[in-house]
Amino acid sequence: MSVSVRVPTQLRTLTAGKGEVEVEGSTVGAALKALDAAHPGFAERLFDEGGNLRRFVNVFLADEDVRFLDGLETPVSAGQTVSIVPAVAGG
Amino acid sequence: MNYVTGLRCRECGRQYPAEALHVCDFCFGPLEVAYDYERIAATISPESIAAGPRTIWRYRDLLPVDDDAPVDLGAGFTPLLRADRLAAELGLGELWIKNDTANPTGSFKDRVVSVALTKARQLGFKVAACASTGNLANSVAAHAARAGMASIVLIPEDLERAKVTMTAVYGGTVIAVKGSYDDVNRLCAELTSEHPSWAFVNVNVRTYYAEGSKTLAFEVAEQLGWRAPDHVVVPIASGSQLTKVAKGFSELVKVGLLEHQAVRVSGAQAEGCSPVATAFANGADAISPVKPCTIAKSLSIGNPADGWYALDAIRRSGGSCAAVTDAEVLDGIRLLARTEGIFAETAGGVTIATLAKLAASGDVRRDECVVALVTGHGLKTVEALSDTVGPTVTINPSLGDFDAALGEDLLIEESR
Repeated sequence: MSVSVRVPTQLRTLTAGKGEVEVEGSTVGAALKALDAAHPGFAERLFDEGGNLRRFVNVFLADEDVRFLDGLETPVSAGQTVSIVPAVAGG
Repeated sequence: MNYVTGLRCRECGRQYPAEALHVCDFCFGPLEVAYDYERIAATISPESIAAGPRTIWRYRDLLPVDDDAPVDLGAGFTPLLRADRLAAELGLGELWIKNDTANPTGSFKDRVVSVALTKARQLGFKVAACASTGNLANSVAAHAARAGMASIVLIPEDLERAKVTMTAVYGGTVIAVKGSYDDVNRLCAELTSEHPSWAFVNVNVRTYYAEGSKTLAFEVAEQLGWRAPDHVVVPIASGSQLTKVAKGFSELVKVGLLEHQAVRVSGAQAEGCSPVATAFANGADAISPVKPCTIAKSLSIGNPADGWYALDAIRRSGGSCAAVTDAEVLDGIRLLARTEGIFAETAGGVTIATLAKLAASGDVRRDECVVALVTGHGLKTVEALSDTVGPTVTINPSLGDFDAALGEDLLIEESR
């Protein structure tokens, strides 16, 4: 299943400057793992030792925080967009 | 004189130059401004500060940008008022209100925006932007106008009318977003990557912006005669203000302006948006985001960027954190107005109602010198009170009507 992943400035060194990349995956977690396979380096930046999202990384599926969905297990549909967004913003 | 040595990741310690950077490229932790405190300590004194302007810029040695002509509408040095009547109602002793409603656009946000846009201008930005629950929008639009910068302000579409008008009047671009503040904030975080030539005050220049809140602690200490209070009560939205108030007191110790620092810091939230108070009550380390639903819209951040740091500052200082209902918020606004003559917005109602709750529970004590931060003006959120307060009575312009309607009530008032 093909989904788009939006990549913030801080991680674009891993995608040769691209802000959006297409990957295959049936869940948010699978899509992010596919992103790391295509552009090595994402996994260590996004996940802690336990495989959970780092405290300062937020991930959105179709503009909804995945913590309000099923987290990394949230199923994705073809054509949906996953966004990686630094948590430290606002207020 | 600029005493900034660079930026440093609060989580992993990686160092960065003092540019428009807000998170660590590696771990996404927040960047903090690093200062040469030894050099500051060698020059700063109560006298050097007193010789400065009656604004936040009297503390320029401890701010992250130095400029002889800052972007300034006169933010800061707001009154610290002894609140004996409110203290008596709450069973407290020495209580003070830091009245930050007296800032140029009516909230503490003028402190952070004055710092952020002064730095943004130095870095060469020509566009000021922000995600806002209202108060920040007012302040960014006003300060951008003052600096001759363009402004692009994004707000949730359901904001109070006054906050929208008080933003739009300055002539910048105001974008109402169909969604919550957290939606607006996520959009702005993404926009920052797409528009790196815009200074989003609470995104890419947030590192500098946040430092402006330290001036609340500096002023409180100076206005108490270079003495720290025992306890401060601070409202929590993103948690940045509370974190920086705690940092402000500790910096004054570092540079020798305070002898010791044992300030308890307590947090105030509305029950309809209380991720930090909930984590505090549960003894949790992680902040679980919420979908806000409260009249305290300026505190309606369900996914607080500095929530964890605010929680940590509260716990390390021996403070507390509580949340209050919307009805208590309205009671808090009226209590502060009735006892001290200060009209606060809903966030101020949250602070006063939480103070009352913590006083009743014994978390805020009668033997403490207590300061409550009232951070926004009541005119911004008048609709919250429109069903609660109004004319005592409406009469025809005749003495007879007056006596019939009010005579006995007036006698009661006079005898009080």
